[in-house]
Amino acid sequence: MARKDLLDIASLEREEIECLLDQSIPFKELFTRSVKKVPALKGKSVLMLFYEPSTRTHSSFEVAAKRLSADVTNFDVAQSSISKGESVRETVETLQAMRTDYIIVRHGRSGLPGMIARQTKASVINAGDGAHAHPTQALLDAFTIREKFPETTGKKVLIIGDILHSRVARSTSMILKKLGVDVAYLGPGSLVPKNGPENIRRFTDYKEAMAWSPDVIYLLRVQMERQDAQYFPSLREYHKLYGINDARLEEIRKRGLYLMHPGPVNRGVELCDAVMDYERSLINDQVENGIAVRMAVLYWLKPGSENPDII
Amino acid sequence: MEKSLTAHELAFGVECLARAIRDKHRGHPIALIGIRSRGDEVAERILTILSEEDDWDLSFGVLDISLYRDDFEHLHTNPLLQESEIGFPVDGAHIILVDDVLFTGRTIRAALDALSDYGRPAKVELAVLIDRGHREMPIQPDYVGIALDTSRLDHVLVSLEGADGQDLVQIIPKKMP
Repeated sequence: MARKDLLDIASLEREEIECLLDQSIPFKELFTRSVKKVPALKGKSVLMLFYEPSTRTHSSFEVAAKRLSADVTNFDVAQSSISKGESVRETVETLQAMRTDYIIVRHGRSGLPGMIARQTKASVINAGDGAHAHPTQALLDAFTIREKFPETTGKKVLIIGDILHSRVARSTSMILKKLGVDVAYLGPGSLVPKNGPENIRRFTDYKEAMAWSPDVIYLLRVQMERQDAQYFPSLREYHKLYGINDARLEEIRKRGLYLMHPGPVNRGVELCDAVMDYERSLINDQVENGIAVRMAVLYWLKPGSENPDII
Repeated sequence: MEKSLTAHELAFGVECLARAIRDKHRGHPIALIGIRSRGDEVAERILTILSEEDDWDLSFGVLDISLYRDDFEHLHTNPLLQESEIGFPVDGAHIILVDDVLFTGRTIRAALDALSDYGRPAKVELAVLIDRGHREMPIQPDYVGIALDTSRLDHVLVSLEGADGQDLVQIIPKKMP
């Protein structure tokens, strides 16, 4: 089934997710060729509308779109009329007049990409909205885990960190649950939501969480820019309680666990330097897979299709 | 009236292709590349026959051309992608592209584009199991298994053992309104 927009993971069926992940494999295979570009979206235009800073997601989408031969335009928020007081609605009307085919949106307000999607014929891809969703991150995480565990059902993933503010935690744990993965959270009580999905375990103690014997450890970034209140005493304290230090890395290595992180990492907070050289770190795989998955998403969505998503 | 080709006739077509390729290239390294889907199965069958020869350097690959099609705009959903598998260097290779049916020539146009993104072959030839005519592009096959006389609007449905469970070709005339 064709969809117009990709706004969150919640509205995707398991079959659609698996189909998208399968479709990402041939795109990844393209990266080994001398010419990495294919003409599939030749003549289509992709507009990047980022209201929040982003380096990885932004460049990943840009590379993905360019490898599909689409034309990419950056709507630079700092230099645009938005800083002159233009509303999002007016901006979208302007973009509609430009007849762009795909709009990739990141915004601090939850639900804003959905609002844009309802107002335009273009396909809208949510590249992160507030603490709501980050569907392409979830897809690339699931893809990366599936590369290591083709049968995902029953595998265990421990997500560590600031669950409360994290759209990555929300979207990624949702996609993993849909794929039959057992998910648990570990973090300071103040940063782990009390009323979330029932079937997700919550730990506050590192040792207890490790006794649950996860297959994958997923570290979240401590979002210093998103915290107006103090949720934990200090970064040093956080590192001591939940960070991957040398001793913990040794234990992780002994158990052969995989390590993931959506990036960018705060060294000395979520993890120590040695983690970057850990042979079962999937952090670089996540970056590479991100491009393949985003190409598959762009290829799958149909701008202006007749059955747009109802949000 | 509906016409059809039997498994026996198809096997004979594959045999003709293999014989023509063998007579022309015996002993020289060639690479067969089948176009998904069903071209790969035809290529595999040709390979099996050619492999009976000793000391012949034969390579085999599969090409998916979905990303190179020129009809995206007209499709409601984009075609499902599968992996291309070309495990040998395309640069300087002598390649024989293999497909099940040659019709408008657009698939072959796309395949040539896709192939050139893997490298620069020394030579590319085209082998098709069935040539049903009605080209829309200046593309002609080097080897033809079966030449079929069809009308432009006929449907030629090819079923092969591996993909569909049986070898059969049906030619279904377009019904007049």
